[in-house]
Amino acid sequence: MSEIHSIVMPKLGLTMQEGLLADWIVAEGDEISAGQHILDIETSKIANSYESPFSGKLHRIVGEVGGTYPVGSLLGVIADAATPAAAVDSFVEEFLANFKPVEAGADAAPSPETATVDGQRMRYLRMGEGEADAVLLIHGFGSDHGTWILNHGALAEGRQVVAVDLPGHGGSTKDVGGTGVSALADRVVSLSKTLGPTRFHVVGHSLGAAVAAHVADKLGASAASLTLIAPVGISADVSADFLDGFLREQRSRKLRPYLEMLSADPSMISVEMVEDVLKAKRVDGAQAALTAIREANLPGGRQSVDIRDIIAAAAYPVQVILGDRDQILPSNGTADLPPSVKRTVIAGSGHVPYLEKANEVNALIQEML
Amino acid sequence: MSKKSFRQAINEALRQEMERDPTVILMGEDISGGTGAPGEQDAWGGPMGVTKGLFTQFGESRVLDTHLAEISFIGAAAGAATTGLRPVAELMFNDFLGTCLDQVMNQAAKFRYMFGGKAQTPLVIRTMYGAGVRAAAQHSQSLYSMVTHIPGLKVVVPSNPYEAKGLLIQSIRDNDPVIFFEHKVLYDMEGEVPDEPYAIPFGQANVTREGDDVTIVAIGRMVNFANAAADALKRQGISCTVVDPRTTSPLDVETLIETVEETGRLVVVDEANPRCSMATDIISTVASRAFDALKTAPLAVTAPHTPVPFSPALEDLFIPSQMKIEEAVRAVMARESNRAAAE
Repeated sequence: MSEIHSIVMPKLGLTMQEGLLADWIVAEGDEISAGQHILDIETSKIANSYESPFSGKLHRIVGEVGGTYPVGSLLGVIADAATPAAAVDSFVEEFLANFKPVEAGADAAPSPETATVDGQRMRYLRMGEGEADAVLLIHGFGSDHGTWILNHGALAEGRQVVAVDLPGHGGSTKDVGGTGVSALADRVVSLSKTLGPTRFHVVGHSLGAAVAAHVADKLGASAASLTLIAPVGISADVSADFLDGFLREQRSRKLRPYLEMLSADPSMISVEMVEDVLKAKRVDGAQAALTAIREANLPGGRQSVDIRDIIAAAAYPVQVILGDRDQILPSNGTADLPPSVKRTVIAGSGHVPYLEKANEVNALIQEML
Repeated sequence: MSKKSFRQAINEALRQEMERDPTVILMGEDISGGTGAPGEQDAWGGPMGVTKGLFTQFGESRVLDTHLAEISFIGAAAGAATTGLRPVAELMFNDFLGTCLDQVMNQAAKFRYMFGGKAQTPLVIRTMYGAGVRAAAQHSQSLYSMVTHIPGLKVVVPSNPYEAKGLLIQSIRDNDPVIFFEHKVLYDMEGEVPDEPYAIPFGQANVTREGDDVTIVAIGRMVNFANAAADALKRQGISCTVVDPRTTSPLDVETLIETVEETGRLVVVDEANPRCSMATDIISTVASRAFDALKTAPLAVTAPHTPVPFSPALEDLFIPSQMKIEEAVRAVMARESNRAAAE
């Protein structure tokens, strides 16, 4: 008999314990293919579309729209169309009888660590262990390591994955020193030397992608690959409207419209995401540091950074991942890239495809590992 | 970021500001231990252990244990503030405000105005409020609306550890007298609090939930009840916006009006007595400024107009609860549908 698969409440990020089943996109009896968007899930941190890991017929819908379920709860059952209803019944019965939600704190989320590099504090979050080449995740302007909520754990199977807070961001020093992407990369390279692994796959987003290109360049033979997501440094313009609003607004309701520019679907931006940005900006020195970094790299509506020479000369594989509805870097879609660079455009995605289409981006990164 | 209690968040705010600025001093009853305290001199750190460890770090010239007379040490703190220090005075219970009200109301609050802007009074009075610990009528009141009434004072009522640290740092850096209200039941509440210093600006409400049906405005501890009620109501198909004003003076009227214009319904949750209170103030402000946006009359969920009872059963009934908030929200939803049915 073919296998019966459970669709369960996914764990979106380290601290999630329960989620709201916002919508079923498919109906009972539909034929589902793996990767198909079947559910919308909301947590306090993020609203996300959930893609089926399995192909087959959706025999049973167990989770109701509007219901809040612990991580791992049975939401539906997918199996071969020929599977008899009795077998599905007993599968559901057995699952429900044996299901125990993970208790709060039982799988405590890993805590960020700090290191002093070049005399300044750098914070980072490390997950996973193993001998394979490690991964460095470098967030974009105004963000921090927490932005990799849907990627960090997924990539950390059999390898270390370290997400950094760039200087001026998150829990890292606000005494930035050099504000250009090369100077920021120096700090990340210094940090990488304290971490243990000797080779890194470097992944960066937006301004952090330009930093990532410099990090890989400086790592030289220690760079295993480079993944650039919606990168700064391959086209000329940037939304000054976004950057001005991001830096200026101090209230959640005023800031929200600017953050909503990040994703193709503005409803992805949760109350908590907006609040997290405000919290980061309130830390002593953060506003000045962010303003200086913006002026150095993204003055007005312009990018003063160009990474195309670096990635053309790279001795390691390089890929660029773009969203086709990026409002922040609107000219990235028509950017000329060196022929050696693999380019993937993700349909229906804005400036943050690693959040909007996490499974696709994770798969693309995994191909490089 | 790491998990810290409300108590630790306040301690960290005091410590970091004292490290940053040598003019910040602490004054209060038993804040370093007090006469006769067992063990080390800062064994106590105040009745709730909030200032524990600060005497050891900063010494007796910056952590001053005072005598049991608010009239003089609150007055001394106000005077010190006008002469260049930034005192953080601890008024153990807000119920003792009466013993030093002239120093607060007629002196600290008036200096900047009466000296033509040439004097500033960067004084913080931290004080404990609220019912729920069987402390009876003289140690359980919520008196933030009394001081909100007085021009020249800023009034802060934090709802959780993150808010407490950022708002206390802002209070210490502010050049006007600030009364900072700490709910005694919140001291053990834990939450994510950044290790770094950060300041939350005054007069900027925090919108903790976004919804379409009802705006719930809640003060201090009540914000947590309102959030829980909003989450429960969401599962019942009613979506609420929850607004935490953070400071009752200045009050972020703009956010109150904006959110009510979106929902058309208002419920205010206030642990204080119901007359001349934040609840009445917020409802009258919204009614006079956004009457046309209201689909139905606002409701207040407050304590009754009585002293806080000592009887545990009555005290529990006295305090607004999640259930009472949910009932009020359902009531403002129902009143409108009744009217629609009648028309």
